[in-house]
Amino acid sequence: MKHTPNQIPRSYLDKTHTYGRIWMVTALALLLLAPTFISVYYDAWPRLGEFAKGMLGVAPIFWVVAVIEVFTYAPMLGAGGSYLGFVTGNLTSLKVPCAINAMEAVKAKPGSEEGDVISTIAIAVSSIVTTVIIALGVFLLAQLTPILQSEALKPAFDNIVPSLFGALGVVLISKNWKVALAPVVVMTVLFILIPSLTSSVSVLVPVGVLIAIGAARILYKKGWL
Amino acid sequence: MVYYLKICLKKGWGYPLHKFDVNSVVMYMVAGVIILFVIAQSVFFLARAWRRAKEIGFDVAKLRRVVTSSALFTIAPAVSILLGVIALSKFLGLPLPWLRLSVVGALTYEMPAALSAAKAMGTSVTQTVIDPQAYSTIAWVMTLGIIPGLIIIPIWLKKIQGGVIKIVSKDKRWGEIIMSALFLGMISAFLGLVFANVHEGLIGWVPVFIMAVSVLLMLVLGTLCKKYKIAWLENYALPFSMLLSMAASIPVTNWVQLLGGAS
Repeated sequence: MKHTPNQIPRSYLDKTHTYGRIWMVTALALLLLAPTFISVYYDAWPRLGEFAKGMLGVAPIFWVVAVIEVFTYAPMLGAGGSYLGFVTGNLTSLKVPCAINAMEAVKAKPGSEEGDVISTIAIAVSSIVTTVIIALGVFLLAQLTPILQSEALKPAFDNIVPSLFGALGVVLISKNWKVALAPVVVMTVLFILIPSLTSSVSVLVPVGVLIAIGAARILYKKGWL
Repeated sequence: MVYYLKICLKKGWGYPLHKFDVNSVVMYMVAGVIILFVIAQSVFFLARAWRRAKEIGFDVAKLRRVVTSSALFTIAPAVSILLGVIALSKFLGLPLPWLRLSVVGALTYEMPAALSAAKAMGTSVTQTVIDPQAYSTIAWVMTLGIIPGLIIIPIWLKKIQGGVIKIVSKDKRWGEIIMSALFLGMISAFLGLVFANVHEGLIGWVPVFIMAVSVLLMLVLGTLCKKYKIAWLENYALPFSMLLSMAASIPVTNWVQLLGGAS
């Protein structure tokens, strides 16, 4: 089948959407089955008032974040990567950087068919490895807990974000530093001035994206890119 | 493993089925079935994308490198997710956090969701839940609090992807710029986050030092890739930089703490 590099053939893409929808709707049903099972099996349904109170502490922020994440990450991950990544979760700190790294390494552009397949492979492998590691950890908990929770290793796990985003950042920023300048400066100043924003980093991702797109548009229109 | 089987047999099958236990065998089975489904989905998408990648001309050796580098890259964040499971297990038992953090969830979400539901029930989070109603309320809140993505994607993803293809094909250069703007916007939030604790003095600068180490390592590895034309290293530069920086954070933190103690 002949196609230009930046166009995904309809048949492949259409099938991805069809399969993706089937898998995702089934996953949704299964996920809802877990709390339903708990309620039926132990004959313990939540009381409406307490449930609503609990949801009020979560939904206003996380529903908004979930909606924004779809629009922010789906274009980066491609169709296959999105159908898989949004089911397996841990997008921000794991699946998205993993997909970006894979696409960068083989020079596949996001939004192209190459980008779509590479992102899907990276996310699938990452999901399988994550699931296996967590499962191993769960079944070997007694043996692993003292090692994983040791004071000696604590700094390493406390510093995953700078270790990951430092390396990833330098690759992407060096390619497009003009676009990166505005969001990086704004975000750095924001976090230094308001350290309590740490817990709201998911909300600040789309803010950073909007600043980056705005800055990019201005630079592009002025012919500086 | 045998220890767990013994515990499971003792706590689950030896009692009437309705007896509540956060670590019952039945709960492990429910979590296990759903997690197996997710692995099946990953394998299905992996096989499909692999076939397609070969069809459009990707070299198998290159694809294998994508697989190994993605696996290597995943190890450290996955262990950190496991730490989240362990933290939640003290309060919710193992099966529910295992399920929640293997499917859909994220560390940044599951903890606040569980705490919010526990607070609504007036349940202490320092002890294991013993009330089935509190447990079921927490399970419902954790599940429904992050559900929108699973509803929106099947409905809107096709339109979103259509929009992306339209932008890319209409103006190729702008399409590329908007894609990198998306990445850079996301990364900027996390780079900013690294500076969040600098007001705490030298110890608050540790993440910044580690970020600098990570940047330096990536630059060195990138230069090695280019200078000596080591193609395979390109795939591993990021996971190597990340793991080495994490390792470096141990002595750096210790030195900073020593300096802090000495001053």
